[in-house]
Amino acid sequence: MFKEASIREPLILGDKISYHQITEDVARPIESKANKLWWACFTIAVLAMLWGFGCLAYTVGTGIGAWGANKTVGWAWDITNFVWWIGIGHAGTLISAVLLLFRQKWRMGINRSAEAMTIFAVVCAALFPVFHMGRVWLAYWVMPIPNQFGSLWVNFNSPLLWDVFAISTYFTVSVIFWYLGLIPDFAMIRDRAKVAGDKMNEMIYRVLSFGWSGRVKDWVRFEEVSLVLAGLSTPLVFSVHSIVSMDFATSIVPGWHTTIFPPYFVAGAIFSGFAMVLTLVLIMRKVLGLENYVTVKHVEYMNIIIMLTGSLVGIAYLTELFISWYSGVEYESYAFINRFSGPYWWAYWSMMTCNVVSPQLFWFKKIRTNLMATFILSLVVNTGMWFERFVIIVTSLHRDYLPSSWTMYTPTWIEVGIFVGTIGFFFTAFLTFARVFPVIAQSELKTIMKSSSKMYKNKPDNHHH
Amino acid sequence: MSTKAIHAIYDDDQVLVSAAKKIHAAGIHVKEVFTPFPVHGLPEALHVPRTRLAICSFIYGTTACSLACLAIWYFMISDWPMDVGGKPNRTLYHNIPAFIPPIFEFTVFCSAHLMFWTLLFRSWILPGVTPKNPDPRTTDDKFLVWIETNDTDKVSRLLKETGASEIKIV
Repeated sequence: MFKEASIREPLILGDKISYHQITEDVARPIESKANKLWWACFTIAVLAMLWGFGCLAYTVGTGIGAWGANKTVGWAWDITNFVWWIGIGHAGTLISAVLLLFRQKWRMGINRSAEAMTIFAVVCAALFPVFHMGRVWLAYWVMPIPNQFGSLWVNFNSPLLWDVFAISTYFTVSVIFWYLGLIPDFAMIRDRAKVAGDKMNEMIYRVLSFGWSGRVKDWVRFEEVSLVLAGLSTPLVFSVHSIVSMDFATSIVPGWHTTIFPPYFVAGAIFSGFAMVLTLVLIMRKVLGLENYVTVKHVEYMNIIIMLTGSLVGIAYLTELFISWYSGVEYESYAFINRFSGPYWWAYWSMMTCNVVSPQLFWFKKIRTNLMATFILSLVVNTGMWFERFVIIVTSLHRDYLPSSWTMYTPTWIEVGIFVGTIGFFFTAFLTFARVFPVIAQSELKTIMKSSSKMYKNKPDNHHH
Repeated sequence: MSTKAIHAIYDDDQVLVSAAKKIHAAGIHVKEVFTPFPVHGLPEALHVPRTRLAICSFIYGTTACSLACLAIWYFMISDWPMDVGGKPNRTLYHNIPAFIPPIFEFTVFCSAHLMFWTLLFRSWILPGVTPKNPDPRTTDDKFLVWIETNDTDKVSRLLKETGASEIKIV
């Protein structure tokens, strides 16, 4: 059996850990009733979501004119939110796929909830470009479907079409990756319901678990498919935000036409994704009593990734700034001078403070192992990343090549309402997930119990080797 | 003499792996083992052959990649070439750099989804299927070895010696 170095910090805490204890801890939120706090949060989230639906209905009814976007600033609030959500959606698959390939065991405490977060975030993201099309009922026109409009095909040269392919692939592959891991855990809930005589839950989870029974051959196949899916998802994660960045980089707008966009966007996506995972997981571990499985060590690892990707993003900002001057292209340098000293200076400096300065605090071990500080900084990072997209999109567009068309952009309450609605949907979905789904990949976690839990590490027979 | 099924429960994965080795060495055929998580070393101990699902995934991927090339050639080169600023649009190999992202995405899409469904159909885990584990505790913390034999006494004795905590003859 594989033994881990005893100086490596344990990933599972608790003095009475056993396979059965893990089962109990993961099943508890599903089998118990929700408390008042959960219902209060859920109600607020649902109301926000309904408000968002109302604003969407208003947009569809009146047209895109209900938004503040204009002829000069044609992409604004909607695309800012699209890129923000899709960036957040990058952590889940990164944790489950990239960390699986690198054999990072700490992924097991958080991968399930991070993947769930990814899926919900991608749904929120996709909503914006779809509704920006105006006539949403024709959204299927983005697919290359044989049609009667002449030989009219979608344009495969366009990064906007690449996005359609990238995001639909990313979304559906994330869903199957997530669901594959859920199947054995649903089976565990099903069998517990069977023992408890809970007919209703047994039936529901029997359907959800696809009749999984945990035969040796099934596990062999399960692990093989997980590994291959991780191998496929790894380039997929990097491709998705690269392609999103090409929506901008392939245009000739100053401030957008940059070759560093793909790696810069991917680093930013991982940065914001991990921040959102922390926001959710820090609350979840406390509320569901999972402190033994999502430990301070997990939080510290994520903070180190935030520090690294935050610094990468910072280097990208400075490189952009330097090149805009060094290139000698007047339009390019004006775009950047306008970013930090123009009418949207506050957005630029919010972005710089939140994304470049704040993650540097994680160099201090005291701060990166402090849960309250982490929680606050995760919110700061998410705010900063929202401003980054706003800066890139709105400030680049509002002063274009033609000074006579220069203008300002202000969102309408309808746009704000749609954004609030997506946040409402996100939390409604996540809160439901936390009560109905096993939030920790318990069958995977059981495989590292003997090698990485505090109790087994402290056992005397562990030191013989 | 009729064949009977023996269900032996083990409490620990390491005991199970060493037991599986001994059972295999004694020449007894193990019909099935149910475990709550993938026990490493168990497939080897039982001489379960390697799965070929990854090969399927590769085949799906290469097929999807070729299909995507063919489709894009038809849409963008043959049926309706688009002139975007005079960029090459007459041959696929000149225009292909712009098509790499959708070709890549389609390849990943097909190999991932088809491999997932191949797993589900191969292992017959689908909505509505009745689970086959004889004891509900095998998805929690117990490991069940299922043996079919004529000589239940001899096999039961061996299973007890290897550390089985419960033995049930069905």
